Formats: sequence, C-alpha cells, structure tokens
Amino acid sequence: MEPAVLTGEHFLNGDVACAEGALAAGCRFFAGYPITPATEIAEHMSKRLPGVGGVFIQMEDEISAMAAIIGASCAGVKSMTATSGPGFSLMMENIGLGIAMETPCVLVNVQRAGPSTGLPTLGAQGDMMQARWGSHGHYEIIALSPCSPQEIFYQTITAFNLSETYRIPVLIMADEIVGHLAERVIIPQSSKISLQSRPRAKGRKDRFKPFHPGANGVAPMAHAGEGYMVHFTGLTHDERGYPAMTADAQAEMIERITGKIQRNLDKIIQVERYRLEDADIALVSYGISSRSSLAAVDEARERGVKAGLLRLITVWPFPEQIVRELAKRVKRFITVELNLGQIHLEVQRCAEGRAPCLLVGHAGGAVITPEDIVKKILEQT
Amino acid sequence: MNGSTAPKHPLDGLLRTDRIPHIWCPGCGIGTVFSSSLIAISSTGKDPANTAVVSGIGCSGRGAGYVNLDSYHTTHGRAIPFATGMKLANPELTVVVFSGDGDLFAIGGNHFIHAARRNMDLTVICVNNLNYGMTGGQAAATTPHLAKTSTTPRGNPESPFNLPLLAYASGATYIARWTMLHTRDLTQSITEALTRTGFSFIEVLAPCPTGYGRKNRLKATDMLKIYQEKAMVKNGINPAETILDLEHGITLGKFVEYDRPTYAENYKAVCGE
Ligand SMILES: Cc1ncc(C[n+]2csc(CCOP(=O)(O)OP(=O)(O)O)c2C)c(N)n1
Ligand code: SF4
Ligand SMILES: [Mg+2]
Repeated sequence: MEPAVLTGEHFLNGDVACAEGALAAGCRFFAGYPITPATEIAEHMSKRLPGVGGVFIQMEDEISAMAAIIGASCAGVKSMTATSGPGFSLMMENIGLGIAMETPCVLVNVQRAGPSTGLPTLGAQGDMMQARWGSHGHYEIIALSPCSPQEIFYQTITAFNLSETYRIPVLIMADEIVGHLAERVIIPQSSKISLQSRPRAKGRKDRFKPFHPGANGVAPMAHAGEGYMVHFTGLTHDERGYPAMTADAQAEMIERITGKIQRNLDKIIQVERYRLEDADIALVSYGISSRSSLAAVDEARERGVKAGLLRLITVWPFPEQIVRELAKRVKRFITVELNLGQIHLEVQRCAEGRAPCLLVGHAGGAVITPEDIVKKILEQT
Repeated sequence: MNGSTAPKHPLDGLLRTDRIPHIWCPGCGIGTVFSSSLIAISSTGKDPANTAVVSGIGCSGRGAGYVNLDSYHTTHGRAIPFATGMKLANPELTVVVFSGDGDLFAIGGNHFIHAARRNMDLTVICVNNLNYGMTGGQAAATTPHLAKTSTTPRGNPESPFNLPLLAYASGATYIARWTMLHTRDLTQSITEALTRTGFSFIEVLAPCPTGYGRKNRLKATDMLKIYQEKAMVKNGINPAETILDLEHGITLGKFVEYDRPTYAENYKAVCGE
C-alpha cells in the first residue's frame, strides 16, 4: 500500500491537488469520463487509487459516471467524479437522484467557457446557476469554490466532510485557471486532517427507517450488504424509503432534504472577509476571480477608496444573511465573476435595494484583472 | 380477504409484503418474471443480506420496489452503471439488475454494451414486453417491424434489436432467452447466472396487454399462445442464428456460457492491489 496522504510540500496544479485532497479525505472510488480541463483529476486518480486500495473506472459517459459514484456510495465507499461544462450538463439528472436518495458523493466541475462546447481550454465561471438549479425540482445543494491549488486540496476534504455529514452530493465549482495553475501545496500530516463520516444505521434491522432524520435532520444511512434490506428510490418517498405518491409526502420529503441544509447554514457556510470592517465598497467574489479582487482591494485602498472583499468559499447555500448584514452598512456592492451576472443576481436579491449592486463580469476565456476591478471601483467615487 | 387467514406465500421473506398490492395490470407478465427471480435468489442459498437489486424506470423497473432486499430504484436507463459502482465498491455483493427493454436497450443501451464488454460481474434480467409499458405503450428498440404502438400508429417503420446477439457481440459471458411461460428454465437460468461470475444476461418475453397487446389486438392469452406455439428451444445455438418473430418463431434457450476474467479480476491483475 502507498500512503493516501502525501504529507509534505509539493508543486501541484489544482486538478492534481484536488485528487490528492480526495484521497486524503478517504475517497476510494472514482468514476469519470475525460474532459478538458478536468481530465488530470481522473488521470491522477487512475494512477493513485489502486495503491491505496481503491478503484478507478473510466465510464462510457458522464451520466454513467454520476450513477456509478452514487451506487458506490450506497455500498459504503466515499466516491467522486470530476468533469467540466458538457459533462456537468449530462450529470444533472443523477445529481437529483443523489439528492433524493440522500447519498453522499463529491462532484468536481472544473469550469470552462460555455455554452455548448464553448472554449474547452479556457476558464469561466458560467455554471454557477446551473450548479444551484440544474437538476429538476426544488432542492438544496452545497457548492464550494476554490481560488488556488492549496485551497482546492482543503476544499475537497471539506466537500467530503459536508457530503458525509449531510448525506448530500457536494459540488466543487473550480475553473480552468485554478485547475491548471501550478503552485505550492502543503499537505499536512494525516493526523491533522479531520474527517467526518455519514451517520450509520444501528439497532433493529427490521424496524430501521432509512430516511428517518436524526438530531441534525440527517437520517442515519444503511449500506447495501448490511442486512437492513433498505429501499432507495428517486420517486417521492416516505421515511421507510417507500414511494408515496401524494402532495403531502412530497411536501414532507422536500422539507426533509431542504431543511437539513437550511437548519445548519451556520455550520455549512464559510466566507473570508478581507478589509471589510470599514469598507464603503464591498466586492463579492469567489474562485479565481476572488484573487484579482483581493489585489484590487489593496490597490483601491492605496488610492484612498475604502474597499473590501467578501470571498465566498461556500457559494451554495448562498451566504444570504452575511450579504444582508453588509447591505446595511456598505455604499455599494460589486460582484466580480467570470460570467455576465449570476452570483450578482443573488447579491442583488439579498441587498434588497439597500445598496446598489454592480458587476464586473466577463464572458469567459480570460481572467478578470485587478485593473478591471479598480477601474470600476474608481468610477463609483 | 382477511389477512390473518391468508396462506403465507412461500416467497414472503423476499417480498416487501407491506408494499403489496403492486402496480402491475391484470395479465401483465412482469410478476411471473419477478417470482422466478425471487425463487432463483432464494434457491442459490446465498445470504439475502448480500444480494442487492437495482432497477431503472418502467413497469419492470418497479421490481426493485417489491423485493425485500437492499433495493435501488434509480433513473431511467441507469441501473447498470449504478450497479457497476455498487459492485466495485463491495465485491462481496451479488448485484442483480431487473429492468425493462426500453430502460436497458434504448436510453440505457450504451451502458449495457459497455458493462458486457467489461464482463462486469452482474446479473441482468430484462423483461421484454416489446414496448414502453409504463408510459402507455410507445415504440421501443425491441418493437417488431410494422407493429402498432401509440407512437407508431401506422406500424413501426424501424427494426428491433436482437438482444442475445447484441449481448454476445458486446461480450456478455452468459446469455439466455425465455418467455415467462418457461418458468422452470427461466428460474434455472437466473440461478445459474447468480452463482457464476461475469456479465450474465437473461431476456424474458412477457406480455403487456395494456400497451402492446391493446394496440396489436393481442389479449394476454393470445400472447401466451404465441409464446407456446412459436417457441423453439435451441440451447447452445449461435446468437446470430436466433430469431424473435411472433409469426415465424421465437428462439429460446441458453445460448452462451463461457468464462473470461471480469472487470474486477482484470483490474486486480493489471493495476495490482
Ligand atoms: C429520462 C427519462 N425519460 C423518460 C422517462 C419516461 N419513462 C418512464 S418509463 C419509460 C419506458 C419504460 O419502458 P421499459 O423499460 O420497456 O419498461 P416497461 O414499462 O415496458 O416495463 C419512459 C420512457 C423517464 N422516466 N426518464
Ligand atoms: S402497462 Fe403493460 S407492462 Fe405495465 S403493468 Fe400494465 S401490462 Fe404490465
Ligand atoms: Mg418494456
């Protein structure tokens, strides 16, 4: 056996750092389908998984990759897939299956510019609303957005921990730039990495209800082969997992799968606040765009403008309360993102008209520079 | 009937009795295939706790909902890749895929051929009722040429797959075709499939009186008569020589059984522990 946690200092691109994060988090099953700019994650997993007792499989498409990781997780193994735009679209139906079956798993989207085949080798952040609402029906999702190889390493561990804790598919919304950027990545000792695992079934096997929520709203999980004889379905189901074709059962199930997230927002949502205490202008950004935003804050401050940055580590669920609070004291919001206004819409919604909301957007294929942002900031003063 | 006086069904242990009555129409053939599958599962003597059933979507796909085993009713066409993940995650499990012809061979056809190519250790039971029963009897990839369905009101302009041949060309290592009338042979085939390793495929013809039957003026009993009269049992015949023609004959039998390494065995050999 090879070590799962490669403790030490490395020079890695974001894709490889993500794969190492998954291994450190205990991921032992990966199913994927090649696509630029996410392919290196699959390649690295194919190299590393056999050495740590795991299984890699290249599936026939992204639909089957998503189905396979849910199947593996139902058998008790932490599982992951990675893709980009076109493959992300193909995974949507089975993301919904993972939501309905309350099955932990992690999906990485190394975003490239779309729509359609778009710009395969160039980055964008155009799938943010698809991440939120891309599968049909009403549901909650958790999505994180990393800004560097070091951060994607940690976020992948966080993604597994959240997915296990809340029995939900978790998305890592990276982008081509972070995926292909090589930087220093420090991997800690495995004893320093805290891992969570799903709540597990116990007690009488004949009375077990696989969707009966525990204390934090999350039901303990029984795996295939444990003797609980569970039934999992994508149909609306009751706490036994049995199909229940009524509006009442629907309301109850949707309450269960959304409530477990909504009631734990304070434990799920992570943001970083940079020079926001006295800020007049609050930038809101995430992923690669947040790095340019960070530089723009310092530059604007040097030019006498009190700017600050709210960096979203968790994008979904959206940090609504934090933006609402900020709206009471900042003069303006500027959302910075590699699309033409997606998270911008959320900021607008939460600002509730208290502060004007502006956008530094870009259709994708390049990065937003600090200069682009500073220019917008200075226009406001 | 008073539940307390009802005789216990011999398969009660494997049935989710609290989910009965089932949704299947009177005269539907799925129930018989389902019973044969349960008899086969119990006759292997394997610990039921180590058997999982995975279905896609359709009337046949509801099978997973009535079996008192770990059972997964997934998305339309995706039972095989779901089962693939499950089997690779826990190789101790016996994983059975129970689904319909539309599910496994139209929307899910790509997954079928790839799982067969990999010789994934799964038992795939396909209830072939020549149409999409659940959605009201539309044409499937198995609907005979010229047959009427709700989306081929003038007759089917397309030609169907010959499933055993498709399975053979894709690399399946066990292939059989029966009708739901041939319960003894069917049960034996499923039992053999469950006790061997490798990708096993069993096609079972079953009437759908509500969909295919109504459109083609075939009552359930007419369909059974065709099964009886047109059946030609030819064990060991090359799948390329099998036919499924309601007028000229239906080749049944165990056509293929051979061994080659499964995906998991090859993975272990090539990638090491
Ligand atoms: C993605 C998707 N497309 C379409 C459907 C609608 N649908 C449900 S069952 C079915 C066909 C099932 O046919 P088959 O597998 O032959 O099962 P049968 O009902 O005949 O047993 C279809 C098209 C669906 N559930 N999901
Ligand atoms: S519609 Fe056809 S396949 Fe479905 S239950 Fe009725 S008879 Fe059976
Ligand atoms: Mg059918």
